[in-house]
Amino acid sequence: MTLDNPAQEKQVLPPGRPRIPASITVAVKDFWHSVRETAELVFSSPTAVIGMLIVLIWVAVAVFAPLITAHSPLEQDYKNINKSPTAQHVLGTDNLGRDVWSRVAYGARTILSLGPLSVFVAFLVGLALGLPAGYYGGWVDEIVMRALDALMAFPTILLYMIIISALGPSSFNVVIAIAIGGAPGIARLVRALTMDIRTREYVAAAKLRGDSDFMIMLREILPNCRGPLIVDFLLRIGYAAFYIGTLGFLGLGLPPPTPDWGGMVQEGHSHMTANIWPVLAATLAIVTLVIGLNMFADGLREESMRYQ
Amino acid sequence: MDQSAPILSVKNLAVTYRTRKRNIEAVRDVSFDIYQGENLGLVGESGCGKSTVAFSMVNFLGSNGRVTHGDILFKGQQLRGRSEEELRKLRGADISMVYQEPMSALNPSMQIQDQMVESLVAHRGYSKTDAIAESLEALKKVYMPDAENVLRRYSHQLSGGQQQRVLIAMAMLNNPSLLIMDEPTTALDVTVEAAVLDLIAELQKKYNTAAMYISHNLGVVARVSHKVAVMYAGEIVELAPTETIFHNPMHPYTMGLMRCLPDVDAPKGTRTLHPIPGRVPSPANLPNGCIFSPRCELARAGCSIEHPALIEIEPGHLVRCLRRGADWEGVKQIWATAESMQEQAPIQRDGTVNENVLEVKAAKVYYPVPFKTVAGLFGMEKRQYVHASDDVSFTVKRGRTLGIVGESGCGKSTIAKAIVGLEPIFAGQVEFLNVDISKQLNKRGIDSIRELQMVFQDPNGVLNPSYSVGDQIAFSLRRFHTVPPEQVHAEVERLLRSVKLDESYYNRLPRQLSGGEKQRVGIARAISTNPAMVVCDEPVSALDVSVQAAVLNLLLEIQKTRDTTIILISHDLSSVRFFSDDVAVMYLGRIVEIGPCETIYHAPNHPYTTALLAAVPRPDPNAAPSKVRLSGRVPSAVNPPSGCRFNTRCPFKIGAICEQEEPPKRDMGAGHLIYCHLTPDTLSNPNI
Repeated sequence: MTLDNPAQEKQVLPPGRPRIPASITVAVKDFWHSVRETAELVFSSPTAVIGMLIVLIWVAVAVFAPLITAHSPLEQDYKNINKSPTAQHVLGTDNLGRDVWSRVAYGARTILSLGPLSVFVAFLVGLALGLPAGYYGGWVDEIVMRALDALMAFPTILLYMIIISALGPSSFNVVIAIAIGGAPGIARLVRALTMDIRTREYVAAAKLRGDSDFMIMLREILPNCRGPLIVDFLLRIGYAAFYIGTLGFLGLGLPPPTPDWGGMVQEGHSHMTANIWPVLAATLAIVTLVIGLNMFADGLREESMRYQ
Repeated sequence: MDQSAPILSVKNLAVTYRTRKRNIEAVRDVSFDIYQGENLGLVGESGCGKSTVAFSMVNFLGSNGRVTHGDILFKGQQLRGRSEEELRKLRGADISMVYQEPMSALNPSMQIQDQMVESLVAHRGYSKTDAIAESLEALKKVYMPDAENVLRRYSHQLSGGQQQRVLIAMAMLNNPSLLIMDEPTTALDVTVEAAVLDLIAELQKKYNTAAMYISHNLGVVARVSHKVAVMYAGEIVELAPTETIFHNPMHPYTMGLMRCLPDVDAPKGTRTLHPIPGRVPSPANLPNGCIFSPRCELARAGCSIEHPALIEIEPGHLVRCLRRGADWEGVKQIWATAESMQEQAPIQRDGTVNENVLEVKAAKVYYPVPFKTVAGLFGMEKRQYVHASDDVSFTVKRGRTLGIVGESGCGKSTIAKAIVGLEPIFAGQVEFLNVDISKQLNKRGIDSIRELQMVFQDPNGVLNPSYSVGDQIAFSLRRFHTVPPEQVHAEVERLLRSVKLDESYYNRLPRQLSGGEKQRVGIARAISTNPAMVVCDEPVSALDVSVQAAVLNLLLEIQKTRDTTIILISHDLSSVRFFSDDVAVMYLGRIVEIGPCETIYHAPNHPYTTALLAAVPRPDPNAAPSKVRLSGRVPSAVNPPSGCRFNTRCPFKIGAICEQEEPPKRDMGAGHLIYCHLTPDTLSNPNI
């Protein structure tokens, strides 16, 4: 009888791929496979490639800051104040005689560590609120969402100023402020994704093996939100860099003398007519980083949507 | 115009799609003619290029598709290479198209009349009043009830069948010479489909229009087409008059399509289905030689080397196969004897235990309707409910299959989900293995969860795209401690083998699997806990016919080897008959008829069952279309009709009693129950 025929639906194996029993080699292979797929995705979008290159340049600057600068960012040289670029100070010096290039390079370290960190914290908060709101719906959703609406009603920059004024300027408090300011938007995104995914049949299947709600949210729903969340994460690092700069400019960022791009603009702008270099360098740094992150995220989003 | 010349003549058509990696030839060397008044059916599995052929006629191939070769002659004029503007004029006036999704083919923000007059005003220069009058005429031609009012409605105020009627009326407005229909009834219920098919057949006869009818359903094509072209992976493999295709097919693929269809007239155990192994190759990766040879059970050595040409073996019958003439006689004999042998060996089930596995007693599943007023929020309004399932009672005995059939919206999926615990039960009782399980899933004991599993409908939603196939089955095994932890891996492989997938599937991700394979993994996951009962909610309705057969065979085999009790929810009466011992027919939340399978498929029946059976499209052009047709649509379940719920559509309605009183239970013996006001005598003879 045909019933006992093995493999009625014959599977065509990819040519040249031997049948390996389940083992680590397969897992490693799968890992590289997914890396290659992601890379293909990025490289198929010129926008994403350019964005990624800009970001990578800044990451390299941050990582190798001590190697590519001749001076410490804190070293003050009172004989050379507000100087234009020279061979010794490639981007000139600021009003305290500090090397602008060093401050930009070390400032990249600040912003590229605080930015992702604060967005990461914001994601933790946003996930903790958005997953249950989307999964349970009803009253849970109502309460969480109305509370977040209230928070979103504040203009973002005002919210940051209130938080920093209340807690005092420090890198820790900048992280807190950006996490609180970003969480509502993330929670909304996560909630929307969850509301869609919770109706899928694999979620029903998980319920039918008696999995707890927590398990279902973590194991079934969260991993399938990752695409939009990764794009959002990149975009938000851009916003965070922008807001850290703004806070620095308003004097609410990192306490001096920490090298900080926003702070550089703030300190330099009163001497701008005499020496444009500190302001120009810091502004360009912020602009290029934010544009780079945005292009990377946008390119990634467009490309991943196209093949859905 | 010359009557003997074809309206549409397609010669050596090739269509290419440009993708990121390469150009894909989706359609190759397709040739056919359609004469006046003739209906050409185009059949094949999904991915065979049927729709591409239709779209290339009107140049709707999208930005990346292009006709790369061949001629499209419409009334002798070349269509290929025409400018957009010329084609636009032609499309509206002389070539019309009806699409698959009536809902998305109509503009939801425009009244029906505004959409209908557009083409008359644009192509014929009618004034608006004339055009509206003409549209009204057109709606009457398609037997639209209450046509005047329909003109002023929006598409969401019409049922699916009415929407499709509007679209057909629109397509016929300009008396086109050619009507292209792309799966026009696939999105409709069988009862509605039957009525739309009647309409298409009648209109075509009346107006002598040439038509091209695309469908994956052989029964539908048998009903409306004069000749049929069978497509496989972008090529026509057989082209013949309908009669010949169904009674004397000559290509193994055509034969395969016929042999894998469950027959609504054959009871359980008398037939096995013969699935076609494998799947349609991607046009980017075509096999050498005959493209069907890797799946062909009759392939010989030469088949994978030589690509057969489409050859006319008798007048009007073209076949693309290397086997010819006398080659066939032996094959047909072997198949005929094999089938008759199977007919003599019905499936044996060991043990005739009469134990009730599941007992559903007057179960109701109601959903509250959200309040629309502020007063409602404060409890000042009576709460309304959607009566999704109402007073449903049945029992299922061990090792048997209960099929539940009905149109969409009749509550069959709801009751299935309520049984497994995915929907709350509003009132009534469900007893499973003598344990009351009429409570929420998280309050049920882990044992009753384990013993009651489900197979889902949508192959794309069944598996979590983030985990490998093996992991997902392993989750279940670990959760229920079915086997000791160190044996989980081996057990998953064993389960994969039991659904005819080999161990290499363990590490595959769901997106690397075809629909049928995903459904198999879903089944493996459901049986991994060794459940006493599996609820299958439309397990094959989203699959191609050849794959459907394989999955149905698999479920049947699992039932035989494990003595699993199964509830099969389906709208397809043929697969229910193939698979079920008992059948319950549901309408608008109620069971209207229940009984052993054999009694359901013969009179006496409930009028609704009669209509359902009459609507099943049979893959036989000689089957006389039944006269019993349902009109209207399933009423709202918020305010179901009083008395018998079927009274608004019943073709055999007696009178006021049907609207006022609940229908009595008629016991026809052997567990066959009918809920109807008609007396058993009248039910036996429904043609009065």
